[in-house]
Amino acid sequence: MAIDQQSASPEPAPGYAGKRLVRGFSTTGGFVVTLFLTFLGLLAITFFIGRVIPIDPVLAVVGDRATQEQYDVAKIAMGLDRPLWMQFIAYVGNVFTGDLGMSVSTGRPVIEDLSRFFPATFEMATLGILIGCALGIPLGVTAAARQGSWLDQAIRVVGLLGYSVPAFWLGLVGLALFYARLRWVGGPGRLDIFYDGLVEPVTGMILVDSLLRGEIDIFWNAVSHIILPAAVLGFFSLAYIARMTRSFMLDQLSQEFVTTARVKGVPERVVIWRHAFNPIRVPLITVIGLSYAGLLEGSVMIETVFSWPGIGNYLTTALLNADMNAVLGATLVIGAVFIVINKISDVLYRVLDPRAR
Amino acid sequence: MTSPLLSVENLRVSFPTHTGRVEVVKGLTFTLGRERLGIVGESGSGKSMTGRSILKLIRKPGQVTADRLEFDGIDILSQSEKQMRAIRGARISMVMQDPKFSLNPVMTVGEQIAEALVTHQKLPRRDVQARIIEMLHAVRINDPERVAKLYPHEVSGGMGQRIMIAMMLIPEPELLIADEPTSALDVSVQAQVLDIIDELVRNKGMGLILISHDLNLVSRYCDRILVMNAGQVVEECAAGQLENAQHPYTKGLLAAMPVINETRDELPVLDRTQWAGT
Repeated sequence: MAIDQQSASPEPAPGYAGKRLVRGFSTTGGFVVTLFLTFLGLLAITFFIGRVIPIDPVLAVVGDRATQEQYDVAKIAMGLDRPLWMQFIAYVGNVFTGDLGMSVSTGRPVIEDLSRFFPATFEMATLGILIGCALGIPLGVTAAARQGSWLDQAIRVVGLLGYSVPAFWLGLVGLALFYARLRWVGGPGRLDIFYDGLVEPVTGMILVDSLLRGEIDIFWNAVSHIILPAAVLGFFSLAYIARMTRSFMLDQLSQEFVTTARVKGVPERVVIWRHAFNPIRVPLITVIGLSYAGLLEGSVMIETVFSWPGIGNYLTTALLNADMNAVLGATLVIGAVFIVINKISDVLYRVLDPRAR
Repeated sequence: MTSPLLSVENLRVSFPTHTGRVEVVKGLTFTLGRERLGIVGESGSGKSMTGRSILKLIRKPGQVTADRLEFDGIDILSQSEKQMRAIRGARISMVMQDPKFSLNPVMTVGEQIAEALVTHQKLPRRDVQARIIEMLHAVRINDPERVAKLYPHEVSGGMGQRIMIAMMLIPEPELLIADEPTSALDVSVQAQVLDIIDELVRNKGMGLILISHDLNLVSRYCDRILVMNAGQVVEECAAGQLENAQHPYTKGLLAAMPVINETRDELPVLDRTQWAGT
């Protein structure tokens, strides 16, 4: 039936993809509902994991020298004497009102901590995945188009390095070379010390905030700080993306319809990009989405090496301090990121692949 | 017959294997005018490779050599990739076997046909559209405006193959190679598709190479038949003269075909001993 409706409309305008995007959203049918249900499932899992691990949240608050009375008072105040399901409902209610509890280790509300730490990771991961895609996809396509050539071999070596080089080592070497020796980039941290705290956080992403405020010199300083860690992250996703792109492309290039395109006399560049690459956009989105979600989890190694106040660092510190509210909060954010990225990929599938509509 | 459209002399196609190069086409020689030539043979006899080497589409590490491979006076083997692109589609085209695999799954039918045309002719958008509709009509597709907006997975096999034919004939080539164009189709639509090819080829005075393993089909739609086996032509005859075939292989093939209203306990099997080891 959808076909009939389509034929009734006049011939597709160039901006057809926009229409597909809208349809992608609407055909998802209760997009928001599924999103909500998935999120609820995530909440349940994080909550019960938080309750079954052998850490006493009361003890973490009152300290181990508290008397039994103090302990009981705190336990009741925290609502931990109630049945588990009531606690869960209260927890869900709190989460939806933006209350994730207090962090024991930082002494601030967890939500506030997350709104400081997550944008730092988000900024770095986004830049990283952009670098990874911008270089990884062309490299993978080139390698596949010239399978067996020295270029292909070189790209495969890069891909192999991306799997085998430790992140902290690459980060340290990068710092030693580009910061300490060549002075091309800024050092650890998000900004030079004298710029720190000058920009009022709006989104929490310094690159965005500084531009919003029109502080161009702060922007460039932030760029000089973020470029190296983002490039290191980008290198790892580049390696992965290039390898996957190469194997997807090799698969497509042996398909009959690619030969059909050659029979038509289509130039090789068009054969590769239009005929072989377009069909692999869907699996590539899966690869990129997973890779991006992985980066958004925060890389503890990279964040530690570059003194980056990101979510990976925050989560690790919280875990080591038995700071359960912070752990649950950070886990929730990471889970939510995965859900959102999955949903975005779902919608993009429908836009890019007519067979999935 | 004036100067031939295509002349092939001693065409050889080989591929490297672990045990050395294997020739899949071993010294094929034929000429083709603006006529319909059938190439028949069993699987692996080198029919498809012959078709692809005429378009210079044998990918490395495959190797094509010939004493002569000329299309309309052009030496195919000495053409650069760029020169070949001007010939492919525009002057020699090929209908492939299975529309399920040979049409791009993420482009609409119309886009794919348009591409075949605009690769060789710069035309205004409206003219392209008109030509597509006209061509789809020519391959007996009703409602071509609707079909042009469909994706390949939304059309049937028979329709897919007619779309393939439309796509390959829209730049008006002089030679069409049909590589088993009906093997993937239902028997009921095979004749329909071949009738369309036949009609269009005749009307435009094109040359046709029909590659098939179906002797009957080929003798019905072609003027001349080459019977190939193990990379070589074993028999060449006019389509009507098939029953007078001389070569034991051809005779074997003919004998292996059941005839209606006939009672035979067992159909004869080809004696393959002389080809053992190939």
